[in-house]
Amino acid sequence: MIPELGHFALCLATGLALVQWLVPTAGAVTRRWRWAAVAQPAAVGQFVFVAIAFVALTYAFIVKDFSVAYVAANSNSQLPLMYRISAVWGAHEGSLLLWALMLAGWTLAVSVSARRLPSDVGAIVIATMGAVSVAFLLFTILTSNPFERLIPAAADGNDLNPLLQDPGLIIHPPMLYMGYVGFSVAFAFAIAALVTGRLDTAWARWTRPWTTTAWLFLTIGIALGSWWAYNELGWGGWWFWDPVENASFMPWLVGTALIHSLAVTEKRGLLKSWTVLLAISAFALSLLGTFLVRSGVLVSVHAFATDPQRGVFVLAIFTFFVAGSLLLYAMRAGKFQSSAGGITLFSREGLLLLNNVFLTVAALAVLLGTLYPLFVDALGGGKLSVGPPYFNAVFVPLTLPLVVLCGFATAVSWKRGKKQRVREQLWLPGAIAVALALVAAVMAGGEWMAVGLSVLLGVWAIATALYDPVRTLLGRSRVTMGRAAWGMSIAHVGLGVFVIGVGIVSAASIEKDVRLDIGETETLGGYDFTFLGVREAPGPNYTARIGAVEAARDGKGFAELAPEKRFYPSQQNPMTEASTHITPWRDVYVSLGEPLEDGNVRGAWSLRLYVKPFIRWIWFGSFLMALGGGIAASDKRYRLAGRKPAAVPDNAAAAR
Amino acid sequence: MTKRQSRMLAVAALVLGVGAAVALALTAFNQNLMYFYSPSEVLAGEAPPQVRIRVGGIVEDGSFVRDANSLRVDFRLADCDQAVAVTYTGILPDLFREGQGIIAMGNMDGDVFAADEVLAKHDENYMPPELVEAMKDKQGTSCMPVET
Repeated sequence: MIPELGHFALCLATGLALVQWLVPTAGAVTRRWRWAAVAQPAAVGQFVFVAIAFVALTYAFIVKDFSVAYVAANSNSQLPLMYRISAVWGAHEGSLLLWALMLAGWTLAVSVSARRLPSDVGAIVIATMGAVSVAFLLFTILTSNPFERLIPAAADGNDLNPLLQDPGLIIHPPMLYMGYVGFSVAFAFAIAALVTGRLDTAWARWTRPWTTTAWLFLTIGIALGSWWAYNELGWGGWWFWDPVENASFMPWLVGTALIHSLAVTEKRGLLKSWTVLLAISAFALSLLGTFLVRSGVLVSVHAFATDPQRGVFVLAIFTFFVAGSLLLYAMRAGKFQSSAGGITLFSREGLLLLNNVFLTVAALAVLLGTLYPLFVDALGGGKLSVGPPYFNAVFVPLTLPLVVLCGFATAVSWKRGKKQRVREQLWLPGAIAVALALVAAVMAGGEWMAVGLSVLLGVWAIATALYDPVRTLLGRSRVTMGRAAWGMSIAHVGLGVFVIGVGIVSAASIEKDVRLDIGETETLGGYDFTFLGVREAPGPNYTARIGAVEAARDGKGFAELAPEKRFYPSQQNPMTEASTHITPWRDVYVSLGEPLEDGNVRGAWSLRLYVKPFIRWIWFGSFLMALGGGIAASDKRYRLAGRKPAAVPDNAAAAR
Repeated sequence: MTKRQSRMLAVAALVLGVGAAVALALTAFNQNLMYFYSPSEVLAGEAPPQVRIRVGGIVEDGSFVRDANSLRVDFRLADCDQAVAVTYTGILPDLFREGQGIIAMGNMDGDVFAADEVLAKHDENYMPPELVEAMKDKQGTSCMPVET
């Protein structure tokens, strides 16, 4: 009964989404404001019904209702409660429902704050999001209904893919979807700007906090995915340039460009049509990502069982929104009047423009590498794939200048930078960066160049970003920092931390696959790993073989690592759980391979040993970026944006 | 230098810079394309030697041999018609086993495919599309063993 209720609620939500799309659009076009006012209640109703559907599915998982096909396929009577709940979005159907729920949630949030928007803008924004909802709800109901019954019911479920039974995977998809779906808000604002023809400071102020919030969720989602892959796949890598990773990374790159171009649009009234184009692209790439992951056209280590029919449906959705919005863009974007005066390169807007050029080109390079195999295959050119070295070779040179630019963020003022101020503000951070880079290069030995360069750039980003906060804290600042300025500083510090992490991990990681008998020791990068043996132990829904490896340095043992090999009887699948000893400066990482003597558990094993310096900095830096985004999005001038449209004085940090 | 000249200079620098970037990108791109071959194609000599390629097929039953003193393994990778010998040193993915579809990356070394990376699927229901394609005979019927 409950699953039928859920299905019914989903159908009602689709109907309401249709109303939310069509009625306010008609109202805004024909200037019938009562029609436009339908937008908000429809959005609330749609959220309520999608939420009911989501709760119904969750309930079916919690009570182990194996008469529901989706539950039977992705859960099991032995599965712990925590994973039964996260199994709701563990496969295609449920993750689409989560997508729909997130979208309805974002729409609800926008509709609550839409009171501050002019009524036509508010109506079109909510209507556009309604259109997206219609597409995805129809997709869910027609091709991937999670409430479909299984007759007769299964005696027991097939279980959740063991790879997904990990705390990281409980929150990774929701965060990622929050980001993907969140860009629909920026998209909806872009459509509203195109339809109404108004794109001013107030528009940028409405759009900015939403975009930044979506971006911060995407940042967290990607970082969590990377962290999960590191722990769970047993390869010790944090990024593989896998097509599915790229699918989430492209909207992130364009979203980052959008955040920066919105700043220019808000402060200087420039780059208007470019900003709109970026907003459309960020969402288009989010849709493309969904298509790539869900259609199974890609060869990817992430790809899960898929259905080509679904791919066609998502492709249709993608085409509709991209073609529709680009058509609208072609017709209307010419009308936006940029403020008088061009851009000088040596000004904040000039440098932000450069930032946008680099980010967009980087996104295009990733797009080329991701889609090229598809094109070649479609044209009958054979099956091929683009290897990680391509991405590294193209991506790294493109991002280095970005980090350099980031240092100039607050030193160069709007309109025209002053050389003297740049010198005054930047000489000290520059000197610190050079000094630390020299120290790091000397300490790094053989990899001095890569380590030195990444420390130089990373510390440069951090030290320059800390200039304003430090002066403020010392009480010597000429300006007061708003939350937007604090957020920017923290995010840029995060970028610096990230760069240092990536540079050092890539250059100085040591890894080795070894065969170890019990009691045997292997030395790697100054660490001694002694294999003490493997014991067997039961888990809640698996049996584990738990290895014991003593890690020592200079003869002193500092950790006993316990990498696991888990065997899930429900799916006949083994799973690797790596074990790490973590300090801020390095991870010592061990994962179990397999028993080498005809399956004899007490004999020799293959083991994978890694020493990964500074790897935590990658995720800590990403976290700081997201934190900075959150602080910036809560700046009070965005909350005031509706009340005092045009003439709010620029915030202090920007006005200098 | 007049304003016009300096602008032309800037444009020239831009064109040069972009050109160099594109050239670099395309070179990197070309060097990192990895083509996919089936075992029969590899044995027919269709793959260029000493170029890194990907080969996909089913690990032949009874072909898996582990070296006693190192991490070296040897097995045969089969499609509908033929099987190629593969050698690999390292740790195999969790879902690697005989009768399973896998993709190996590496290059041909004489008659043996020397793999430097072996990928197995993550999900028991998932099969990479190219592997599905490789596991069809000339009539287009799949000869994939049915898994129990």
